[in-house]
Amino acid sequence: MTSSTETVSKQDIIDYSARLGDDAIVIGHRLSEWVSRAPFIEEDVALGNVALDFFGHARMYYTHAAQLSNEQNGTDDITEDDFAYLRDERQFQNHLLHELHKGDFAYTTARQLLIDVYNKYFLEQLEKSNDETLAAIAVKASKETKYHCRRSKDWTLRLGDGSSESHKRMQLALNDIWGYSHELFELDDLEQRLVDAGIAVDCTLLKADWLKEVTAIIEEATLTVPDQEWAVRGGRQGYHTEHLGHLLTEMQFVHRSFPGAKW
Amino acid sequence: MHVIPTKNPIQFEREQFRRNSEFPELWDCLDQVKDPEIPALSLWDIGILKDIKRLGDQASVTITPTYSGCPAMDAIAEDITIAFKEHGIEKTVIITELSPAWTTDWMTDKGRNQLRDYGIAPPNDLVGDHEQPLNSDSRVLCPQCGSADTKLLSEYGSTACKALFQCNSCLESFDLFKHI
Repeated sequence: MTSSTETVSKQDIIDYSARLGDDAIVIGHRLSEWVSRAPFIEEDVALGNVALDFFGHARMYYTHAAQLSNEQNGTDDITEDDFAYLRDERQFQNHLLHELHKGDFAYTTARQLLIDVYNKYFLEQLEKSNDETLAAIAVKASKETKYHCRRSKDWTLRLGDGSSESHKRMQLALNDIWGYSHELFELDDLEQRLVDAGIAVDCTLLKADWLKEVTAIIEEATLTVPDQEWAVRGGRQGYHTEHLGHLLTEMQFVHRSFPGAKW
Repeated sequence: MHVIPTKNPIQFEREQFRRNSEFPELWDCLDQVKDPEIPALSLWDIGILKDIKRLGDQASVTITPTYSGCPAMDAIAEDITIAFKEHGIEKTVIITELSPAWTTDWMTDKGRNQLRDYGIAPPNDLVGDHEQPLNSDSRVLCPQCGSADTKLLSEYGSTACKALFQCNSCLESFDLFKHI
């Protein structure tokens, strides 16, 4: 990585950190929807804990974005909450895969496998970022992601190589979401600038390892990697599926109804 | 000269740092502040307390989160502020440091024993390689009866930092504080 940061503005890093926060908070919220609805109590607790890890990651990314915003504007009152609760749908720039509805348990499992394995490779690279805070967040999040990956893999094997019904549902889920995975490995101008400055991860380089690992797990689970050619993209530009608006409505309701409330 | 190490070097380094502090009374004061999720453990013993500085009636405390989503961090910050008020410190700034990332290796020996007494198996009670991820073959010494004949029930226990096990000897279920 080069150390040139001349072409990168502070706003670029704010936007990038907020994007990573968006990914984390949106998938965290989706997972939290399973609390009290999981197949059994231990899994209920596990999903709640994994969701909490993602909220923790979101808080770190948003806090970083908020601190940089304060430095940029000469203010001291921008906080993580402004990013989480006071931005609208078009301002969120999470990958679409994260916002898709919770679906059945197979759907959640399939999506989580793709995301957890992606995060493993993504965070490994982010640890090398020239932005010290992003690198520190990555080291922290990496440790937790190893546990997430194991959980997702175990469930994929259990459901894929399970009953005919669980096998069928897992395959349907993979077919449904596969087209949303391509966007994870694409860079726009903002991220390209940050990659050149050694700050962002060049996610185009992650695809080979990701595909290899995900394929091995899917095949071990007696499932088939979908071969459809369709792809949906737009999350990083703020173009979302119908699902995000509903999620934000629920997530932001309390904060918007009682501005500045504390407990 | 050959030296036989009697103390884990990480622990030794932490203790040295604390011993060299200009404000020993403040470190002692925070020994009263416990982790709200695991009231058996002080902030020092769990390893999240990193530094304390004082200037007149103001102080700064550097802590590091255990798990990034740990909901106890806010309560901990509040408890520190309250404990310091009794020492005449009007304003306490809590600095959260992410790097280097917290590891269970920072937990003190005393903390590990207290954890076990409290009914939670410390990370080093996992039989075998601590670096290896948990699986159905993982065995952990039961904090109740000491048996190694135990089985994994769930990789996530009552909080993200723990896994749930059950002892086949005394049939009690218990949490393992996972190595991280």
